[in-house]
Amino acid sequence: MSATAPTAFETRPSGRVYAFWQRLRSGDDIAYVLTLTCALTILAITALLVYELYMNSTLAREKFGWSFLARTKWDPVAGEYGALPFIYGTVVTSGLALFIGIPLGVGAAIFLAELAPVKLSNSLTFLIELLAAVPSVIYGLLGIFILVPALVAIEPVIRAALGWTPLFSGPFYGVSMLSAGVVLTVMIVPFIISISREVILAVPTEQREGALALGATRWETTWNVVLPFAKKGIMGSIFLALARSLGETMAVTMVIGNDARIHTSLFAPGYSIASVIANNFSEASDALERGTLIELGLVLFGLTIVINGLARILVLSTTKKGAS
Amino acid sequence: MLSFRRKAVNAVMLSLTGVCAFLAVGTLLFILGYLFFHGGTSLTLDFFTKLPAPVGEAGGGMANALLGSAKLLLLASCIGVPIGFLGGVYLAEFGGSSFSFVVRYVTDLLNGVPSIVIGIFAYILIVLPQKHYSTLAGGLALGVMMIPIAIRSSEDFLKAVPVSLREGAMALGASKAKTIFTVVIPAAKAGLITGIMLNIARVAGETAPLIFTAFGNRYWSPGWEQPTAALPVMIYTYAISPYPDWKQQAWSAGFVLLMLVLMINVFARMILSKRGHAAR
Amino acid sequence: MTRRTFIVNAAVAAALTMGVASAQQVLINAGGATFPYPMYSKWFAEYNKKFPNIAINYASIGSGGGIAQVTAGTVDFGASDGPMSDKQLAEFQAKQKSAILHFPTVLGAAVPAYNIPGVTVALNFTGEALAGIYLGKITKWNDPTIASANPGVKLPANNIVPVHRSGNSGTTYIWTDYLSKVSKEWETKLGRGQSVEWPGGLGGQGNEGVSGSIQQTANSIGYIEIAYAIQNKMTYGKVKNAAGEFVQASLASVTAAAAGIKDMPEDFRVSITDAPGKGVYPISSFTWLLIPSRISDPVKKKAIKDFLAWMLADGQKMTEPLLYAPLPKVVVTKELKAIEKIQ
Repeated sequence: MSATAPTAFETRPSGRVYAFWQRLRSGDDIAYVLTLTCALTILAITALLVYELYMNSTLAREKFGWSFLARTKWDPVAGEYGALPFIYGTVVTSGLALFIGIPLGVGAAIFLAELAPVKLSNSLTFLIELLAAVPSVIYGLLGIFILVPALVAIEPVIRAALGWTPLFSGPFYGVSMLSAGVVLTVMIVPFIISISREVILAVPTEQREGALALGATRWETTWNVVLPFAKKGIMGSIFLALARSLGETMAVTMVIGNDARIHTSLFAPGYSIASVIANNFSEASDALERGTLIELGLVLFGLTIVINGLARILVLSTTKKGAS
Repeated sequence: MLSFRRKAVNAVMLSLTGVCAFLAVGTLLFILGYLFFHGGTSLTLDFFTKLPAPVGEAGGGMANALLGSAKLLLLASCIGVPIGFLGGVYLAEFGGSSFSFVVRYVTDLLNGVPSIVIGIFAYILIVLPQKHYSTLAGGLALGVMMIPIAIRSSEDFLKAVPVSLREGAMALGASKAKTIFTVVIPAAKAGLITGIMLNIARVAGETAPLIFTAFGNRYWSPGWEQPTAALPVMIYTYAISPYPDWKQQAWSAGFVLLMLVLMINVFARMILSKRGHAAR
Repeated sequence: MTRRTFIVNAAVAAALTMGVASAQQVLINAGGATFPYPMYSKWFAEYNKKFPNIAINYASIGSGGGIAQVTAGTVDFGASDGPMSDKQLAEFQAKQKSAILHFPTVLGAAVPAYNIPGVTVALNFTGEALAGIYLGKITKWNDPTIASANPGVKLPANNIVPVHRSGNSGTTYIWTDYLSKVSKEWETKLGRGQSVEWPGGLGGQGNEGVSGSIQQTANSIGYIEIAYAIQNKMTYGKVKNAAGEFVQASLASVTAAAAGIKDMPEDFRVSITDAPGKGVYPISSFTWLLIPSRISDPVKKKAIKDFLAWMLADGQKMTEPLLYAPLPKVVVTKELKAIEKIQ
């Protein structure tokens, strides 16, 4: 080593710069910044999404204002649009799906969680969760060619049993809000079953044993003790299923009949927000119609935010309580 | 002694729940069976190798749709997986603050956005300025749909890695970054990979966002800047048409799509259950 | 094989693929009317066979889609069975800084196709009957307005299910244009347009969706292009024309509808519904390709202009098997001159 050449020790950068360089080399900050950037990207994308929807629907929002939600006309010739028939169709079909799906789903979840032997429960749950993976367009395919003809075939039975209500009056053509509601039921039931089952399984056995010790039957235990305990989680699953069914597009479009009017009967055709956007967006004749469809997208987005928010609150309060 | 009425109610209600469960399972088996008999048995080699024929003429296949879907999923994964995975790493390893709460909330929000709205978003953002439909726009729409799912599943699987592993690494002097990338992530490997697979399977069946972005193509789609056919969109177009040949092809395509999606799901869940994780 | 053979084979293969790749592959994207889709689909396939390096990808998204997307510039050309309105022309001019040209391609017919259990004959429909059905005033198949035109046919007392197009459609434009001419009530209540405020019935996506809907719904009636009815063996009716005859859509009756045009306007935007004369099918129409007058890509411009010339010559010979009527000679001559307008 020459006495004139500086050593590595002598040439190292001074204290703070060196410390910074060491930290950088260890990767902690890079990792932090990198992952933080990705997390921020999600926020950016969502903000951009809301911004784009809001800006591109300006024409429609300014023309119709809040009354857009209450109007029923859909007249492209005159440039008069309203959202009510689509909100109605969306709510009715999703409501029907929940009406059929909740008893079915919670019932199946009870069976799987309480009654079935563990191995059977696990394999059946596995199969049911596969139902959730089936793409929407395949449900639509089955809806058109199997469900609708089947409903047409059993229509006399339904009419005989329920025809006295305004809900099942009027002519039935196959494609209808009823068909859309039933297709949605099949699509959301796996979600309800899967989450409810987990929630019911998480109910402490002491609760069940206590009830049984007091002389309750299995069913009474389930109905009066387990379910109330698991109530919040089950409600959360229902809201999740609802949010999913509100945005469902393809399966509904293929079986709802595409009639932009409000009918009280489930036998009648209808239209959902997602369907009208899917059918009309590429063909929107002018900026106003396009803006209207985007505003409808905003309405749907708003609906799903509210439902998801409620679901989150429910889930949060259940995890706090300890019965997840 | 237990009253007869209570016993009866008990028996009836419990059997009803069994009926519900078997109804649910039966539906799945019915769907699988029907698609197999209607679509699977008439699947020909032409379906996988030929381009669509002119409308009204029999024959042709969906070769371009299969390739198109593959390209779209590849692009979507390239966008969705890195952002989602690293975002999940952030939430799992650096999280805990109220900022993380905001990120989780917004992730759930994005997850809940209907796929058709994401399609509108991609149309406004990419198709309009570029003045053409493209695989790129379709891939981006699907990628945006993949991000929230990727974040959530990554976060869950990373958090499931025992704290002891992390503490052991740190006790040996590893920095946080080193711990994450050399200890935690390999430990969560199985879950992370299956998470990606399930994500792809979920997005493979999405139709709505592709209608305004990938548009459709009767020919091969070169590169990434041209419209492309996609399997789910073909199913939709053919299913609502009057042509018997098209409807038959829709069944075949539905069978292929379903088999693809279900096989990925089954495979992923089998990996997970082998490793002892709860099936998600 | 030996190493040398392998290298030689690889070199030959590389040379071949390079040779193939060097012939410029042109992909032209178009979208629009479903009305002429069976014809266009055949034309583009035949053209691709003749010139394998030119692929015209036409998406059958409806006339509304054709107009909207060509105005937005996301497709190279569009197609519509309803001519663009002055407002739409102005919007195109504003957005794309050039004009849009209409090029008629074929003549087609919108027929009332139906699915009535037990009825296999072609029913006679007056304009009044069709308007009444779609206005929701005629609700049963055995209504006197329909029955009086069809003596001897047993019509059931079932509810009629009218199927219309969801979205903006050129076929709807042709249909409502005709109904506005034959029914004052229709003209005042709903008018003509690519989409109107339908009083009821089901909506189908594209001519394809309406045809599918008719097939699957008993007692339904819908308006579709005749090619769809023929290709799917559907029953469709005769319509009463201005001369008082019940005419079935055919090559002859559709051609006759165009024969009466005295003066084809320079921009080719003309309506031939409810045309006067004997043997005329009243719900006939031209259908147009919407081509921007300025195309920046020279390769695409040449390909489109060549296609138009081919369409006006060879293409016109292919229309008859699909029951589209070829363009009158006068129109073809005018169009060949108009191709020059594409810069």
